[in-house]
Amino acid sequence: MRHHKLALCAPHYLEWFLAQTERTITRYHMFEPEERILVAVSGGKDSLALWDVLLRLGYPADGLYINLGIDGEGEYSHRSLEKIEAFMATRPEARLHVVDVAATYGATIPQVARRKLRGRGKPCAVCGLVKRHEMNRIAQEHGYAVLATGHNLDDEVAVLLSNVLHWQVGYLARQAPVLEEREGLGRKVKPLCRFYERETAAYALIRGLDYIYDECPFAEGNLTNFYKELLSRLETESPGAKMQFYLSFLQARKDGLFGQAAQEVTLHPCPTCGQPTSVPGPCAFCRLW
Amino acid sequence: MRVTYRDKTWEIAGRMTARQAVEKVGLIPETVLVVRQGQLLTEDTLLETTDEIRLVAVVSGG
Repeated sequence: MRHHKLALCAPHYLEWFLAQTERTITRYHMFEPEERILVAVSGGKDSLALWDVLLRLGYPADGLYINLGIDGEGEYSHRSLEKIEAFMATRPEARLHVVDVAATYGATIPQVARRKLRGRGKPCAVCGLVKRHEMNRIAQEHGYAVLATGHNLDDEVAVLLSNVLHWQVGYLARQAPVLEEREGLGRKVKPLCRFYERETAAYALIRGLDYIYDECPFAEGNLTNFYKELLSRLETESPGAKMQFYLSFLQARKDGLFGQAAQEVTLHPCPTCGQPTSVPGPCAFCRLW
Repeated sequence: MRVTYRDKTWEIAGRMTARQAVEKVGLIPETVLVVRQGQLLTEDTLLETTDEIRLVAVVSGG
């Protein structure tokens, strides 16, 4: 780890990873030991690493898997669930909620994306919308105090770069390790936000977590991966650049740089599902089906 | 040594560090982990000419 000027053997790396996660949870006041946590798991390295770490740290953390129906030749969703089931087989304390989008709403993500303007070309926007809605729904229905996602530092700086390039100050104001609870929206946290992507991959590898190695078939050529590559080139030349970019941003945000944009929009309950929406009337999720 | 990454394989000659091997095959060191016989290597590990190396992409999943 050039940015930390640190090289650790496998057992010490695992210890370091756990301690760093705990430190991040405490630093950003993410949750208390007794609070119930819902972890969004995709079968990928970050979410399985996060679930594994939280269980090892003794937190009451259950999983949520959303079956998006991205199958076809590669059987992506099907294989993702298999990875999660394999993870759970050795952890009897782990409990999983599964939402099957097609069974619940009548169409898979690729199917619904094909017939909506939002999903034309690529279903990623529809996918994000469905996941956010369902994660919040399950967390609220089952009384979880907090929803935890496996976003790592590379995810965060890729989004940050995108938002800076387009000066999306509203999005910048809302990008944080913790999104506090507000009317109808549960608290969201990102305990791995200070780990480089290679660090979460290394953790998964050393721990022997069998995760889905292939990328989502719709992720190929997407802008996020392009920004990640740009930032990795920068990091190679200037170790620590990603971390500095992220932490300076968080400091600027804390100092009120995006103060005016941070003023929250008024939310209205959707008349169909009850979840909050920024415009009165049915929310974007309910208008999908 | 033989270096594999996803569906690609390279044969490269000479002794070098793990980081140099990654650069030699044209990948960005930050984007891969270097694995030999199932063991993760640090980037300054000196590789032997007979080694079989697997590069693991750090971006994966969805």
